[in-house]
Amino acid sequence: MALNITDIKRIAHLARLEINEQEAAATLTKLSGILGLIEQMQAIDTTGITPMSHSQDVVQRLREDVVTETNQREAFQKIAPVLGNGSAKQAVDGGLYLVPQVIE
Amino acid sequence: MEWEVVIGLETHTQLKTNTKIFSGASTAFGAEPNTQACEVSIALPGVLPVLNKQAVECAIKFGLAVNAEIARRSVFARKNYFYPDLPKGYQISQYELPVVGKGAVTIQVPAVGKNAAYEKVINITRAHLEEDAGKSVHGLSNQSIEGMSGIDLNRAGTPLLEIVTEPDMRSAAEAVAYAKKLHELVQWIDICDGNMQEGSFRCDVNVSVRPKGTEKLGTRREIKNLNSFKFMQQAIEYETRWQIETLEDGGTIHQATVLFNPDTGETRVMRSKEEANDYRYFPDPDLLPLEVTEADKARVKAEMPELPEVMKARFEAEYGLTSYDASTLTSSRDLADYFVATVNAGADAKPAANWVMGSVSAKLNAEDKPINASPVTALQLAQLLKRINDNTISNNAAKQVFEAMWAGEVDVDAIIEKLGLKQVSDSGAIEAMIDEVLAANPAMVAEFKAGKEKAFNALVGQAMKASKGKANPAQVNEILKKKLAN
Repeated sequence: MALNITDIKRIAHLARLEINEQEAAATLTKLSGILGLIEQMQAIDTTGITPMSHSQDVVQRLREDVVTETNQREAFQKIAPVLGNGSAKQAVDGGLYLVPQVIE
Repeated sequence: MEWEVVIGLETHTQLKTNTKIFSGASTAFGAEPNTQACEVSIALPGVLPVLNKQAVECAIKFGLAVNAEIARRSVFARKNYFYPDLPKGYQISQYELPVVGKGAVTIQVPAVGKNAAYEKVINITRAHLEEDAGKSVHGLSNQSIEGMSGIDLNRAGTPLLEIVTEPDMRSAAEAVAYAKKLHELVQWIDICDGNMQEGSFRCDVNVSVRPKGTEKLGTRREIKNLNSFKFMQQAIEYETRWQIETLEDGGTIHQATVLFNPDTGETRVMRSKEEANDYRYFPDPDLLPLEVTEADKARVKAEMPELPEVMKARFEAEYGLTSYDASTLTSSRDLADYFVATVNAGADAKPAANWVMGSVSAKLNAEDKPINASPVTALQLAQLLKRINDNTISNNAAKQVFEAMWAGEVDVDAIIEKLGLKQVSDSGAIEAMIDEVLAANPAMVAEFKAGKEKAFNALVGQAMKASKGKANPAQVNEILKKKLAN
């Protein structure tokens, strides 16, 4: 499967990454290289082998449904970045994390 | 042209757990923002998800309740999309291998106008475990943070079971009947509190239309996040009309996600297919496959209550109730429990069923109360029925006793005494009274003897009136008949 520059820009957009033309071209080369490796692997005949999602043959351990976490809001919000726009205020308010406005 | 609407539902049920699906943070509703958001909830680098056993058991319970295949092995996947209330950049969900596979529920669609009520089987495609996202708060009042949205991650990581149906429903009424049935079922098996205001049960409805008689499905639009049955009905009806009108005007339907606005009663496009996300699902390397063994299933099954369908069949067999009555009484677990408690307290099943579905339900409906808030307990109702059964009071008098209990009085016998409702069953007393009635109404007696059957009923009425309604009506009938035959 060959990627083109439009694919790269779309993937970047989905991940909300800002990339310029130069970066896009460089990423195209790198990602195409990775896909080339996968193509080589796909050449192996896997008929009759059950696909697996994990490399180890073990199953998930389960956790008892008991509250073990305490309120650490103050500690977590101490490291919030500053708002910017000339304001030294941290991007938290009334216990909420602040992000640029999103309206759907 | 005649059109047919095709509807499928995706329902997010919030599972009844103490903690989140992948961490030990509390899921209690209504806490201060971000006070129940631990390292995993806010997605600090390096944290690992650990699956909640209770969430898995809830999923197994649901699978058993809808006779579904429960996957021996299911896999968690990352659904990638960008949104500020999802700080990891992906939601942990299940994609190719969900925990619950194909199942089915039977719905009762109520009668509307001249269309009779009917039953229908709705097929479940799958149900999978996933985590909820956080909440965005818009319109913050603080001036210095204009242009910002607030993020509360208390809800992030709350366990959800997403239940998906086949496109089996053909009207808004069927969709609502299914949603109600599912809502009742998840509460019955105690995996969800069913609180729709708090978002514990929310439905996405896929709607498309096609010319009646054709097979090919039309292009669908998805109505997101309906959290009331009334809005669901309105939204589907509006959307159906809109799609038919669009097609009849020569337009085409484009796949889209729409929102319902309860104020205008209309749906509007939230995002179209062109802008739709490519979720780039892949197995989550942080979580190993989930295994559910036969032993796990057996253990969960043993903890489950009798299911509504099983209980309905038992009510018919054990108590001789009609299918309709048994179905009504098992429409909610609380109602069924109340009925069973009444019977267990010594009442006969049929009159108990009639009273629960009749006077009790009517009163509850009028006051918009749930059955477990009934002022008349099952024990009191059973005592009342006992007094009808042993001829202490008539059915009519029982209604007065019931009213008194509803108003707060407690003891059945004390109320009967106080209101003087005791039925007269002493045949000597009744006979004497009837003699008086006959003597006072010679015209009626003559009419009866001349062959007018109606006159008999009039005489019974007179006798009951003379006894102030306290005479045993069966005895009055019998004695009167005997006297008139002479």
